[in-house]
Amino acid sequence: MTGSEQSRNSADAVEPRGPRPKPFFTPKKIMIYSTLIFFSLYFLFPLYIMVVTSLKTMPEIRFGNIFALPGQINFDAWARAWTSACTGLTCQGLSPGFWNSVKITIPSTIVSIFIAAVNGYALVNWRFKGADFFFSVLIFGSFIPYQVMIYPLVIITRELGIFGSLQAVILIHTIFGMPILTLLFRNYFSALPQELFKAARVDGAGFWRIFFEIMLPMSLPIFVVAIILQVTGIWNDFLFGVIFAGTQNYPMTVQLNNIVNSAQGTPEYNVNMAATVLTGMVPLIIYFVSGKLFVRGVAAGAVKG
Amino acid sequence: MKKTFLHNLPAKIAAIPMIATVLIVFIGCTIWTVYYSFTNSRLLPTGKFVGFDQYERLFATSRWNISVTNLLTYGSMSLVLTLSLGFLLAVLMDQKIRFESAFRTIMLYPFALSFIVTGLVWQWIMNPTLGLQGTMRRLGWESFTFDWIANPRMVLFALLIAGLWQGVGFCMILMLAGLRGVDEEIWKAARVDGIPTWRTYISIVLPMMRGVLVTAVVLIGSGIVRLYDLVVALTNGGPGISSEVPAKYVINYMFGGGNIGQGLAAATMMLLTVLIIVIPWAYLEFGGKGRRT
Repeated sequence: MTGSEQSRNSADAVEPRGPRPKPFFTPKKIMIYSTLIFFSLYFLFPLYIMVVTSLKTMPEIRFGNIFALPGQINFDAWARAWTSACTGLTCQGLSPGFWNSVKITIPSTIVSIFIAAVNGYALVNWRFKGADFFFSVLIFGSFIPYQVMIYPLVIITRELGIFGSLQAVILIHTIFGMPILTLLFRNYFSALPQELFKAARVDGAGFWRIFFEIMLPMSLPIFVVAIILQVTGIWNDFLFGVIFAGTQNYPMTVQLNNIVNSAQGTPEYNVNMAATVLTGMVPLIIYFVSGKLFVRGVAAGAVKG
Repeated sequence: MKKTFLHNLPAKIAAIPMIATVLIVFIGCTIWTVYYSFTNSRLLPTGKFVGFDQYERLFATSRWNISVTNLLTYGSMSLVLTLSLGFLLAVLMDQKIRFESAFRTIMLYPFALSFIVTGLVWQWIMNPTLGLQGTMRRLGWESFTFDWIANPRMVLFALLIAGLWQGVGFCMILMLAGLRGVDEEIWKAARVDGIPTWRTYISIVLPMMRGVLVTAVVLIGSGIVRLYDLVVALTNGGPGISSEVPAKYVINYMFGGGNIGQGLAAATMMLLTVLIIVIPWAYLEFGGKGRRT
């Protein structure tokens, strides 16, 4: 029986019970909330500046103040950023970059997750000699800076005839996504009851049948985490896109950097900020929609850096 | 012999991508890079073996030395501040506060953004004429100065502001998970003994979170060694060469300088740095006790 029930039940209970209710504004609380609010302002400030600047006109930016709200909401800069800003070579705005990023992200995510899922499944349920060795090297290898492996990979993709194409970027994302995704799936599959797998074996199901008919349907939650991890990671990538994709296939991050950092003539800050907002939009939407799953994804994927 | 090879054949076939990645990329490419860093490769990686020549030239190049100094300076500040701010925020978030999830959402969203976006936003805020400094001056505070991005002596702090903005939230999430994993009983015992809260955090809870702390250090550390996109977007190494970093040196020499040997030698130095961070950690975590991930 809880305290409140007791006091309601017994008529003579007039003495206050429980701890004295604390006033809301204790010095400690004021300190905690003011520190948290201070940091929140630091974290929110750039988002505010980015959005506000993108809605202003250039004269407003030149003579105004960076904090001020736009006199009139104006989406011209967004349209320019999307369709006509110059990315160094051409002046078609960010839209080609957006579609390149889509063309890179979707297949890269699918291929890398599929391969990693099969790896994890083979590592848990079909152990073979040497599997642990390869897995350990894979995890250890994820700490090696990309710069160490990138030049020989350029040679390999060139020899394969895919350098400067979408296939090359997909291959690179699959390779460097493999350690963490394999770890993710390996841990997930090893937590599933082994009896399921054994029963299917007894019924005569083979490697692929068990994978497609039992393991995949059961691993939806981990797939969602892996998808969040990969989509945000690949969307935000810059280095692989700039080196392996080829000029025609530059992802959005590369084009964004070209718009802002190599623009000729007077820089149009409103267009730059609109382009920045547009590029950040996809991962932000994923972040706000997926909530806790995003945290799970990045916590798992932090190894990838 | 044949039987052991055929045993589990479908699994072995399915694992070919993983085996190939390990052998060709993680082992093969790394050895390739280290090997060719001892050659005089220039436009093409075919030169002849020249011993430590590339390394001698590397350490005689001021741009490399500045890169390394920058990495050490930025890295130590970033590591200390990310950890301490992450811990401070996690402790505050752990005080049964209201709006916890709102605060958490605000602190973590920068982590979802790419370093390019982070760099460009802060580049705009720190723009000396139109950004924060210009605004303050136009508002009448004539002497207000915030030109770190254009000041060779301060530019690393500009990088730090943007880097912390992106990464502190994630460190906070890790630390908060660590704090929540500490047994309630510890707190009760500390309270009974009359130990003040802040001392409980520093001398009891913090040592108990050793696992989380070590993980955070390794993650932040290997992230710092890789620092590249943020520099490209925020300062592009400038002003002059005052904010160059090793990862950028490698890429510039490999793909822009026609001097592959230098790039490979610099990459090998990056590898060495990461090994110095990761090997002791891997040994402590997995070596002695035979524990697995």
